[in-house]
Amino acid sequence: MLQNTNFVIPDFMPAMPEIFLLSMVCVIMIIDLFLKDESRGATYILSLITLMSSALLCFATFPEQSISTFNGSFILDPMASILKMAICIIVIAVFIYAKDYLKDRNIYKGEYFTLGLFGVLGMMVMVSAGNFLTVYLGLELLSLSMYAMIAMQRDSIVASEAAMKYFILGAIASGMLLYGMSMVYGVTGSLDLASIKSAVSGADRVVMSFGLVFIILGIAFKLGAVPFHMWMPDVYHGSPTSVTLYIASAPKIAAFAMMYRLLVDGLVGMQADWQMILIILSILSMVFGNVVAIAQTNIKRMLAYSTISHVGFILMGVIAGTQAGYGASMFYAIVYAIMSVAGFGMIVLLSRAGFEAENIEDFKGLNQKSPWFAFIMMAIMLSMAGVPPFLGFWAKIAVLQEAVNSGFLGLAIVGVLASVVGAFYYLRVIKAVYFDKPIDNTPIQASMDIRLTLSVNGMAILALGLYPTALITLCVSAFI
Amino acid sequence: MFSNLPLLSLVIWTPIIGGMLVLATGSKNSIEAKVLSLLVSLVTLALSIPLYTQFDSSLASMQFEELIPWITTFHINYHIGIDGISMPLIVLTTFISVIVIIAGWEVISYKTAQYMAAFLILEGLMIGTFAAMDAMLFYVFWEALLIPMFVIIGIWGGPNRVYATIKFFLYTFLGSVLMLISLLYLYMHAADVNGVGTFNIQDLHKLPLALNAQILIFLSFLLAFAVKVPMWPVHTWLPDAHVEAPTGGSVVLAAIMLKLGGYGFVRFSLPITPDASMTLDWLVILLSLIAIVYIGFVALVQADMKKLIAYSSISHMGFVTLGFFLLWKITDNTGSASGAVLGLEGAMVQMISHGFISAAMFLSVGVLYDRMHSRMIKDYGGVVNTMPAFASFAVFFAMANAGLPGTSGFVGEFMVIMAAFKANFWYAFLAAITLILGAAYTLWMIKRVVFGAIANEQVEHLEDMSGREFFMMLLLALAVLAIGLYPAPLLDVMHATIDNLVAHISVSKIP
Repeated sequence: MLQNTNFVIPDFMPAMPEIFLLSMVCVIMIIDLFLKDESRGATYILSLITLMSSALLCFATFPEQSISTFNGSFILDPMASILKMAICIIVIAVFIYAKDYLKDRNIYKGEYFTLGLFGVLGMMVMVSAGNFLTVYLGLELLSLSMYAMIAMQRDSIVASEAAMKYFILGAIASGMLLYGMSMVYGVTGSLDLASIKSAVSGADRVVMSFGLVFIILGIAFKLGAVPFHMWMPDVYHGSPTSVTLYIASAPKIAAFAMMYRLLVDGLVGMQADWQMILIILSILSMVFGNVVAIAQTNIKRMLAYSTISHVGFILMGVIAGTQAGYGASMFYAIVYAIMSVAGFGMIVLLSRAGFEAENIEDFKGLNQKSPWFAFIMMAIMLSMAGVPPFLGFWAKIAVLQEAVNSGFLGLAIVGVLASVVGAFYYLRVIKAVYFDKPIDNTPIQASMDIRLTLSVNGMAILALGLYPTALITLCVSAFI
Repeated sequence: MFSNLPLLSLVIWTPIIGGMLVLATGSKNSIEAKVLSLLVSLVTLALSIPLYTQFDSSLASMQFEELIPWITTFHINYHIGIDGISMPLIVLTTFISVIVIIAGWEVISYKTAQYMAAFLILEGLMIGTFAAMDAMLFYVFWEALLIPMFVIIGIWGGPNRVYATIKFFLYTFLGSVLMLISLLYLYMHAADVNGVGTFNIQDLHKLPLALNAQILIFLSFLLAFAVKVPMWPVHTWLPDAHVEAPTGGSVVLAAIMLKLGGYGFVRFSLPITPDASMTLDWLVILLSLIAIVYIGFVALVQADMKKLIAYSSISHMGFVTLGFFLLWKITDNTGSASGAVLGLEGAMVQMISHGFISAAMFLSVGVLYDRMHSRMIKDYGGVVNTMPAFASFAVFFAMANAGLPGTSGFVGEFMVIMAAFKANFWYAFLAAITLILGAAYTLWMIKRVVFGAIANEQVEHLEDMSGREFFMMLLLALAVLAIGLYPAPLLDVMHATIDNLVAHISVSKIP
């Protein structure tokens, strides 16, 4: 006989940012329907306000310790709050960079912003997931938004191709992830990460291992770790830069969070197993990403391969398998998003109506057009290469330190050697910026808000590089 | 009066902030940028003088220390201080930087503000490297100074500058990253031993280490510093970088950046891994002797003046590394370590002296290059007829480079050779050969360039040095003579520190 259990109203407070964001997206969507093309700015402004408010709400709901609600399927811990704030701030920068680019290409539609916000919602759900279903829900919300965003420039053949490729491969990866989750569910009898954690020790190792492998496959695809990286260069290259900005930045933070939730919150009992797999993924990503990037002439493809190598480093902290290691990886993911959004922001800055600054050649002679942005480009590239005093250096130090502390000395050595290889292609961009003569003398036409945001973004890379203490402490303390 | 001023920090940050101000003046009005840069470099020089005058040379400990917590999560501190080893190098840096600013005065017309700013920032970063007492702070300065140098060679360099500068950057970067891993390992090891990790260099000096760990750490340090010095066989970036760099770049590279490598050996390799240094001292001695002799021969056949001086630099730096690593061979041979102090001090004097002489040699080539736009020896001949003042300076510095007694070049080499005698006759014999070789390649170059009949029409129309050029040469000549005739003030400040260093590295650190 089915007993009528008491229906307890869940605590909504921890999910306030998500609830607010969802309501606002619906409002914006409706408002946008009634807007004429010339007043599209209202959607843009509303989206920015929504993101800022969500970030503030995340700050306001910052928890002392982990809180779970909705029967454990939603977790709010310090890590989640920090990552959500980071995601909101990064996407604010994305929207600001994207606005003029969209206008110049006649794709300045409300859909870009609403889809973008839905994606943010998906990411926030992933970050806070306490259940396999919540993970999957957030992931699909993010992915479907991104597929549609890429395809928005529907006259473009490369964009359609990129969207198609991403959709098919993304669907396969999601399927793999689900398959893995179903196996784990079959053995442990639960979808809840906390219950899985306690059930791992008594579970059948063989089935669990299979489940784990499929789950890691799904994670690796979303992160873009070798050998599941094939989609990244094509999608980064094919998408309009306004969308590449989006894909390449905040979702990596969410992917890190997904990895943490699944592997540490859920399957930490199988740490020895996933460490082995992640080490291989990490080494392959760092080496392959950096080596192949050398051969690229298209800067979007180059940055795609650079992302792959950064993913290898993000994995390194998780491999370390300590609280400090997760903190280091989280720090790396945030730093990566800051650098990546700035890098693609530079491409938008140099692009103008009818001209895509897609090749490294297009950066030639930037120092003669604008010494200021030449310097920012240099800061971004050197930061990605991991040269002090820029921010990227500390991200590398943090994960390397944890890898060394946990005894993965060989992994750390492979990492630094790969980053020497990587330095070459970053230097090649700096060479184009500083040492070469400009191909044409068209001045930079970007508007003031892009210039300002990019300046702030670039200066953040330098300033946080000189004083990274606050950010590092924040990330590390999130796991204690 | 000024005892509360963070003097050392001022010396580091004045040029860096000054360089940013120079950048802010923009490239429109280059005279403003130049005057401001000169002012900044002079202020920095003035600030660095109290570091010498107020230095207590009886102490071996760190002086002018400053410690501010920086990145607390990893126990990284903004910890700086100087001892008898780093102080002379810092004063050398501030001195050479003034010369470099003057050297670029009329020559650099393209983006003058950026040029001057890059050198000022570079100056600050180099001083920071010498002053850093925290290993991670050291690494930050050490790597960061590649950036301005990369830009200097790449923008204002010769025709093949892009190749040279990328090679320079990657070579040094590759050398340093393994050192980084070693530092991270030491941090972790300190956490194991003391309960708390540290990057404090002096604490790392005391950290006990097993021999096999020491050997690996030593090798990673060796790679980092050998690339910078540079030692054979990782020296190949240097001739390229020197040839392509603008005159100021070559001067800084030879006079100061090479010294960073030598400094690294005394600050890191010897005290942190003394037992590995003892085990592997033959390796460093061997590489040094190869550099001294073989590179000397290579210098002999160069047709390009800058390349010749670059190879001569490598050869002279061989004395430095040789002097650093003689300790154990001397102890084996004579039973006491007293001769080792001579070797180390000789190597230090050689570093300072080479800073002045190589700067002067590259400036001499720069003087000729600005007039003729050629560095090839064959394009010259009989310069003495049209440029007598220049010729006298060129001959003087050539003599100093060859190690003529009375010049600073003699003091350091002589001390190292004396120490080498105590270690092994053949070391001294091979090292002394260089005195002949050095004289041969330098004087032969001078003979072909300066003396003889006027080679061609261009040489006939050369004008002698301007007041600016004369002034730079005079300053350097005075410095070379001063150290050559009376090296005692220089030796006094480093004596206590080096005694202390020798005492430290003579004791095994194996737990």
